Amino acid sequence: MTTVLELRGITKKFPGVLANDHIDLALEQGEIHALLGENGAGKTTLMNILYGLYRPDEGEILIRGETADIHTPNDAITRGIGMVHQHFMLVPVMTVTENVMLGNESTRNGVFLDKASVAKRVREISEQYGLEVDPDSYVRDLSVGIQQRVEIIKVLYRSAEILILDEPTAVLTPQEVGSLFRILKTLIDKGKSIIFITHKLKEVMEVADRITVLRAGRTVGTVSPKKVNPEKLASMMVGREVNLVVRKKPAQPKHVALAVKNLFVRDERGHLVVHGLSFDIRKGEILGIAGVQGNGQTELVYALTGLLPIERGEIHLLGKTIRKLTPRQVMELGMAHVPEDRQRHGLVLSFPIHDNLVLCNYYLPPFAKGVELQQTKIIETAERLVKEFDIRTPSVFLPASSLSGGNQQKVIVAREFSRPIQILIASQPTRGLDVGSIEYIHNRIIQKRDEGIGVLLVSSELDEIVALADRIAVMYRGQIMEIVEAAQVDKEYLGLLMTGIKPTEATPRKKKETEEVERVF
Amino acid sequence: MAQQTMDTISALPNRQRVSTGIALLIIGLLIFGLFVINTQPGQVATFGMNLGDTAFTIPDLSVPVQPALYTLVMVSVFLGAWQLARGGLRSAGWSVGIVALCFVAAFLIWATQDKSFNLVGMLNGTVGRSIPIALAALCGVISERTAVINICIEGIMLMAALTAVVSATLAGSLLVGLIVAILTGGAVAALHAVLVIRFKVDQIVSGVAINIFGTGMTSFISSRYLESNIDLLNNSGTMKVVPIPLLSQIPILGPILFEHTPIVYITLLLVAALHVLLFFTPWGLRTRAVGEHPKAADTLGINVFLTRYVNVIIGGMIAGIGGAYFTIGSVGRFDQNMTAGKGFIGLAAMIFGNWNPIGAFLSSLLFGFADSLQVKMQILKVPIPSEFLAMAPYIVTMIVLTGIVGRAIPPAADGAVYEKQ
Amino acid sequence: MAEKKDAKPPIRKAPPKGKAGTPPENKMEGVVTVVRRGRGSIWMENLGLPVLAVFTGLVVAGLIIIVSNEAALAAWRSFFQNPIAAVVASWNAVIQAYGALFGGALGKPAVIIAGFQTYFATGQADALYKAIYPFTESLVVATPYIFLGLAVGVGFRCGLFNIGAEGQFFMGALGAAFVGYSLVGLPAFIHLPLALLGGAAAGAIWGAIPGFLKARFGAHEVVNTIMMNWIAFRLSDWLLNGPMKAVGYRPVTPSIEATAELPRFFPDPLRFNWGFVLALLLALLVYWFLFKTTFGFEVRAVGANPDAAKYSGMSVMRNFVLVMTISGALAGLAGSVQVLGTDHWVGQGFSAGYGFDSIALALLGKSHPLGIVLAALLFGILRGGATAMQSLARVPIHIISVIQGMVIIFVAAPAIIRWIYRLRIGPVEQTVLTRGWGK
Repeated sequence: MTTVLELRGITKKFPGVLANDHIDLALEQGEIHALLGENGAGKTTLMNILYGLYRPDEGEILIRGETADIHTPNDAITRGIGMVHQHFMLVPVMTVTENVMLGNESTRNGVFLDKASVAKRVREISEQYGLEVDPDSYVRDLSVGIQQRVEIIKVLYRSAEILILDEPTAVLTPQEVGSLFRILKTLIDKGKSIIFITHKLKEVMEVADRITVLRAGRTVGTVSPKKVNPEKLASMMVGREVNLVVRKKPAQPKHVALAVKNLFVRDERGHLVVHGLSFDIRKGEILGIAGVQGNGQTELVYALTGLLPIERGEIHLLGKTIRKLTPRQVMELGMAHVPEDRQRHGLVLSFPIHDNLVLCNYYLPPFAKGVELQQTKIIETAERLVKEFDIRTPSVFLPASSLSGGNQQKVIVAREFSRPIQILIASQPTRGLDVGSIEYIHNRIIQKRDEGIGVLLVSSELDEIVALADRIAVMYRGQIMEIVEAAQVDKEYLGLLMTGIKPTEATPRKKKETEEVERVF
Repeated sequence: MAQQTMDTISALPNRQRVSTGIALLIIGLLIFGLFVINTQPGQVATFGMNLGDTAFTIPDLSVPVQPALYTLVMVSVFLGAWQLARGGLRSAGWSVGIVALCFVAAFLIWATQDKSFNLVGMLNGTVGRSIPIALAALCGVISERTAVINICIEGIMLMAALTAVVSATLAGSLLVGLIVAILTGGAVAALHAVLVIRFKVDQIVSGVAINIFGTGMTSFISSRYLESNIDLLNNSGTMKVVPIPLLSQIPILGPILFEHTPIVYITLLLVAALHVLLFFTPWGLRTRAVGEHPKAADTLGINVFLTRYVNVIIGGMIAGIGGAYFTIGSVGRFDQNMTAGKGFIGLAAMIFGNWNPIGAFLSSLLFGFADSLQVKMQILKVPIPSEFLAMAPYIVTMIVLTGIVGRAIPPAADGAVYEKQ
Repeated sequence: MAEKKDAKPPIRKAPPKGKAGTPPENKMEGVVTVVRRGRGSIWMENLGLPVLAVFTGLVVAGLIIIVSNEAALAAWRSFFQNPIAAVVASWNAVIQAYGALFGGALGKPAVIIAGFQTYFATGQADALYKAIYPFTESLVVATPYIFLGLAVGVGFRCGLFNIGAEGQFFMGALGAAFVGYSLVGLPAFIHLPLALLGGAAAGAIWGAIPGFLKARFGAHEVVNTIMMNWIAFRLSDWLLNGPMKAVGYRPVTPSIEATAELPRFFPDPLRFNWGFVLALLLALLVYWFLFKTTFGFEVRAVGANPDAAKYSGMSVMRNFVLVMTISGALAGLAGSVQVLGTDHWVGQGFSAGYGFDSIALALLGKSHPLGIVLAALLFGILRGGATAMQSLARVPIHIISVIQGMVIIFVAAPAIIRWIYRLRIGPVEQTVLTRGWGK
């Protein structure tokens, strides 16, 4: 086995953070090598260095035994390295062909774009590797799974021999993940070598030939999946023993907190994205909405919180309709919302932490007397909340931007949970967080459930839903495929629902024996 | 695969259809109330259709006032009713455009009752007056396609206007003036680019600052040097109208499009060239990618910063030509603040034209028309104070910006700072 | 083997804020972070840098003055024969210009002291009044600037660019003048407030229109406010030549009634009046509004992150309209005060130059009432002395605009100042005001 790529002693420092600390990595010809680590371990930084987006402070890169100086993506591309990014690098308003040829354009007469020949080559690559796509379609019209294929075609168009895939399964249904793995196998058969970045243990066990674990910027070790189990990998990733299991008591739901009947919602561009949705959430239970992002979950949450108008249908919070209410009024009725984009929607980063903690109720007593803000009360409350919710900060006067992602999310959680609430909507609450914060937030959500609050959990991480929810509703193209009891289904069944397939009665469902379900790995 | 020149939402939700329909009906009624009522039966409006030398002369167009106005009212009301009842034409923008045209035509007919004025002449003036706006709009398009907002077009044009006329006077050559104007435009735009890209100054702050600086500097130089040295520094002569042989002899179209100063022809060529370059060449593809998704372009090896520098500077050079129009292209001397807001109107034209060159040019024609109309109305002694007519271009701009006549979509990364680590 | 995860937290600077790109993904989760600040850097950011910015602007303008000064130019042409003379001539040119500027703005110290001496000796105040006239004039000139700076500053706090302060200023002046000259026989304690409010209302309307257009249609307020400016100029042309024209040839309004005048402190020709006090009071009011009330909290939240504000239940649209209206009202009040306190009538070109000045002001004052008051005083001095500079040193007053343009750049791009003066690069704190066109 020849070593086709080697990283030796790669070190990269950002202001105050050592992102990569003398990392060594070797990629063999024809293997799928997984780079495993939790959020923030330094995996993407390392790959960005390999792809020429960052320059390492120390260390070297060897390609087929020869030192390679990679300063820009172009250098990487000419050396046969191609990267498929976690957040797609595609221009939505352009076609597949245009996106593929960008930066490497073919021309007629040296001046005019030659799209026809590029389209032809795209079709060739499609067929060769099983990546079906229409070269003339606009990227914005394509589903996420197909967009990913375009990214792979981009890389192959430039004759990449080494492919780097950064968290490729984050946005795919289980079926699409299977499809991707098949494509990876085809690529290997045709002689490519692949580095596969992920934080998901199960996938790594399934598809990798070897696994290198990164933690806090350092390599912990390289192992073969045959010789290791998920628990061992998890503890390598996190550095301590990890309890892979969420313990929760069975739910004791009471009366209905939120009732949604036949809901129709249009998105901001006027398209109907929620088609006749109906469900109930009772106090003291967690309803999980599973589904790949982009099937209307975001708009559903906006409608529930009053941020988007309801086209048709009813939403009743504790018996009162919220149809004509403003977001503030819905909040005052007792709805709490942990938004999916914490930096954009959840916090004002330049405001001090204490202001962020009262962002929803600054105008109510005791934080305001009439029009005037009561600063002392705000700061008092802020300091109490920081202690109670274990927010790591030396002072409540610092701007929210000084907090890490996990602590920022804790601020939002503290704010929402310390209000008198009847129902909690949590959208992607643990996205991008480290294990410690994930554990904390999961426990808090379950705690709220046990206090008798109704919880709507929207997450594209199926494992999270399966771990936390009492009942699961799968959303596909704006409709609920089915609502099932969490204890009675398995992930394959849910995965099928997520792709819009309603399984027949004959399809077996696995019954879970215990209440113990696995955490997000 | 060229983009639409007017990107309108055809699938309007019901509420918007209804309000548009009502708006059209109201315009129809306004035509009746404002214009028809103020006319007498039997009046005739005469429109001259000739200018300069054409292959054959076209007889003047005599329009019977009241019948014509009634027709226009009916067209507007019909379109409005159709819009209300059944959603009207496939694209709401078309209905609005047609009714707007009816309103303008009605206004012209009303204003010309029992008088005559040269319609072709006015259209020729429209094209002329739209040129600085078009050039400003083209500058904006090129710059904003790479997601750099350029508010300082006004300042650039002022400075280029000054340098054009001074250098032309000193050198005794209009060509020198034009070249200097182009260089000035490029230099000032380069300053903006450096501030915005290298120093990450907020794009609007930088633009406003350059405007203030430009206004101040040109007024300073004008007060200090030009006013006392007119013949030495501020008297360049103007470009002559150069009719294009053959083409200018086509009746009606000829005089409108082909009897102008060279700057106008340059502008028309630029519009066509930029459109082709932007949508059919690698440079255009990369430019647009940088404006829509700079990170994607970066990962494919495109130098985002360099692309932005190049585009902003080229845009500045085009604005420089626009500045030259004011001085060496029309009056031959520099007056303080002579751009009178055209730089900003150009930005509105760019938005209305949906960030592409042909659209921007057509929108500029609209504004040029409003401008031209205002002058003609003064000549015709229309009973509206001239100051109100002078407000017309600005009011039109504000109406356009509300997006009632179609919502345009800017490049996705417009205005955002691009950080590389 | 259980390692405590957060055993040694590394110190880390705050990542760049706003829309400017994503911080590196390799954040250490769950770890204490500290914002490291340089020695005394808050003072540097908010006072030191603006001061240096103004100083540098004056220096560069000084260079322009040298170049446009005939005596200095002549001396430079024979530089090689007599280099000292060239430097001396340049220095003289600059001193003459800035001497005239500051003398015209503040008065000459010797004369002021003499004036005091005369007053204490004889009880005659005339000489004293003459001596402090330049200083009081500077305060008079600064008065509208305070209001205008507050107007633009409040807008900035909400993320709005009110370039229309000039038009709102003019309309406010016309509104106040109208109430001032058309209502006869009212007692002063009714007439004066009414006139002030008239101006504020006119300005408020002029600001509310672009505010409404932005809230309802997403139309960017930069171009709209500029258009409103031009419309205001045309409208005022018509009014001053038509309905509001006083008897005579000049396009000016009639003088206002005495009952509408803002009382002055000193006898003529000193024009220092209660308008200045009103300005300071309003600065306090704006401070209280922005930082101590729930309204101000919302305004600042919307300005800092409209998305988060919306998600927390605030109405972004309502805040846009509110802020533009308040901003317009403040600018209109500037017009009121200028008419009722200083000029007592309105003529064409009333508002020339004030609009852009106020933007420079607000940026220099960092959109904070205290900073704005200080910056306005500075501008009052610059403008107050500019006429003297023009008549005594023959430097056209437009140089002030040049200075302002540069000062804005230096304040908005602190990196340039840091580079010029080799200061340590501090934390990057940009007010990102631009969010593209419309929604």
